[in-house]
Amino acid sequence: MTAFGKLIRTTAFRLTLVYLLLFALFAASLLGFFAWNTRRMITEQITTTVNAELEDLTSLFNRRGLRGVSFAIENRALRPGANLYLLVTPAGQAVAGNVGALPPGTMAGSGWLETAYQRLEEQDKAPHRALVRISELSNGFRLLIGRDLDERRRIFGIVAKAAQWSMLVVIVLGLAAGVFVGRRVLRRIDAMTGTTRRIMEGDLSERLPVGRSGDELDRLADNLNLMLERIEALMSGLKEVSDNIAHDLKTPLTRLRNRAEEALAMSRDEADYRAALERTIEESDGLIRTFNALLMIARAESGQGGAAEDFDAADVANGIYELYEPLAEDSGLALRVEATPASLHGNRELVSQALANLVENAIKYGKPAQAVPDATPPSILIEARRQGNLVLLSVTDHGSGIPEADRKRATERFVRLEASRTQPGSGLGLSLASAVAKLHRGELRLDDATPGLRATLAFPALSGEGLGEQSSQPETHPA
Amino acid sequence: MTLGETDNQMRLLIIEDDRESADYLAKAFREVGHIADLAGDGEEGLSMADGGDYDVLVIDRMLPKRDGLSVIGTLRDKGNRTPALILSALGQVDDRIKGLRAGGDDYLPKPYAFAELLARVEVLSRRHGGPAEETIYRVGDLELDRLSHRVARGKEELTLQPREFRLLEYLMKHAGQVVTRTMLLENVWDYHFDPQTNVIDVHISRLRAKIDKGFERPLLHTIRGAGYMIRDGIR
Repeated sequence: MTAFGKLIRTTAFRLTLVYLLLFALFAASLLGFFAWNTRRMITEQITTTVNAELEDLTSLFNRRGLRGVSFAIENRALRPGANLYLLVTPAGQAVAGNVGALPPGTMAGSGWLETAYQRLEEQDKAPHRALVRISELSNGFRLLIGRDLDERRRIFGIVAKAAQWSMLVVIVLGLAAGVFVGRRVLRRIDAMTGTTRRIMEGDLSERLPVGRSGDELDRLADNLNLMLERIEALMSGLKEVSDNIAHDLKTPLTRLRNRAEEALAMSRDEADYRAALERTIEESDGLIRTFNALLMIARAESGQGGAAEDFDAADVANGIYELYEPLAEDSGLALRVEATPASLHGNRELVSQALANLVENAIKYGKPAQAVPDATPPSILIEARRQGNLVLLSVTDHGSGIPEADRKRATERFVRLEASRTQPGSGLGLSLASAVAKLHRGELRLDDATPGLRATLAFPALSGEGLGEQSSQPETHPA
Repeated sequence: MTLGETDNQMRLLIIEDDRESADYLAKAFREVGHIADLAGDGEEGLSMADGGDYDVLVIDRMLPKRDGLSVIGTLRDKGNRTPALILSALGQVDDRIKGLRAGGDDYLPKPYAFAELLARVEVLSRRHGGPAEETIYRVGDLELDRLSHRVARGKEELTLQPREFRLLEYLMKHAGQVVTRTMLLENVWDYHFDPQTNVIDVHISRLRAKIDKGFERPLLHTIRGAGYMIRDGIR
């Protein structure tokens, strides 16, 4: 598209054209009204003058006869800017007046009419137009009195000229304004288009230019930039996931393949083959679990949380407690729960799973570094409560905890801290919990429980009903 | 006790477009004594399911010509109540809910263990033709009263926690059938995620300590590679 084509297609330019057209129509109708009114006024004035003079001359004719009238007409016709006069005999012979020629038969009529004429002294020039009144005097004499219409035409011409000029000015200024505004908009849009094109070519770190005026284009650019940030985060997340999948699924896949090869090469009897196959199935089950966890994290991180409902965090805490209590006891740990009602909105299943992951971690790593033989079993505490605008679901253990420096890294996918390398697990538990928290616009916090780890899922509480609860029931801090 | 035994034969229809998976499933079902027919697309599956007298339908979610959910929906509209299990590569909670809402009776995400599929299909089949819900379940000398919540073995009254009661109730409802850990987690606890640890095993061993410990004949059996089964001795 040419630069001009682009310009005339801008909204600003088109709007300018519409306004221009409207304004021109308005100006034209105003001038038209003015012109028409002027013309009417002049005509009225002529009519009044002519009528007065006709009355005057008719009475003169009645009093002084033909001679007196002829004398009066000749006299008046000589004045500067005189009206038009013509007195003819019943036969049509001109007796007095300053009109030289009329279209034939004009004098036969009577009443008002507009006609072409020539003055006596201007017989050789082009005819003028006049508004005349013809009336019959007694004795068959006819008298014409009229007024040249030049004046009316001249005023009309002035108005028309004014209209032409003002139209021209309006159009030129309007077009100039349209071009100016259009080009200004176009320049900014072109800048945006250039940036988006670079972004589409792969440079996701580019951002749209934002001006300081805060107008609609700036707001649009601001929003687009926010969108770009989100896309960039998602893209880098995706890249990270695929890198991690490549790395962390290849390791067990290689192991799987090695096992199968080894079985083929070494196994002698059916029992050997059977054992090798069983291990293979076990490993592939582990792979599937890892894969499912990864998919679930990816879904949660991309904002697909499934069906959402209102539910009580205390129910989730009690449910998970009930599920894991026997397992904890078998592992030599005492699982406890302290839950007060705290409503939140989201996917109950995902929140339950996130809490389950935290509990599983606590069971795996929650034993103190130095076991004291006949002490009471170390405890793990599941808590659900409301604190201000937050619903907190936390799991506190008294194991070795996570060193401050490692805490942030611990929620990344597949990160298995040195201390946990010997334990089974995919290394996705905390990442999933963190992804679920983020999906619900919350966060996963890891704190020192001196000694041990407190992992807290903090979700925004349900508004409204929650506030009432807050005032009527002061927060409880279970011991 | 291995997986290869069955006492009541089922007629199954497998609607699956992947030839290899379908053949594998048919072969595996036949090996344990069931009859399995195959349909390769949704239309064929619909007409076979409509005409044949099957105990259970195993339907892939994504099929050529007609979607798996639409097959089930059409059958249900016609008044055909044959239990249907949906197989799907989409394993998320929402997809499961959609499948069940469309008229499916169970949902199993791919990839799955055959033992899991077999256990679920057998439970579905019994639901189809089985006896009405009883008030008292009996397995050997173990008795569970669903109304009074009393459990007794022989003359001895057993005290069970509420969750242990529900676990035993589910196992006894499907006495003689394999129930998998996932089935227990779904039906007793109503969770649909996959725990990384052996939580269910611990619950089972607690239950076992209460109902089998000190008795001569164990009733609660572990089926290797599949799950658990409650039944009276080894036939």
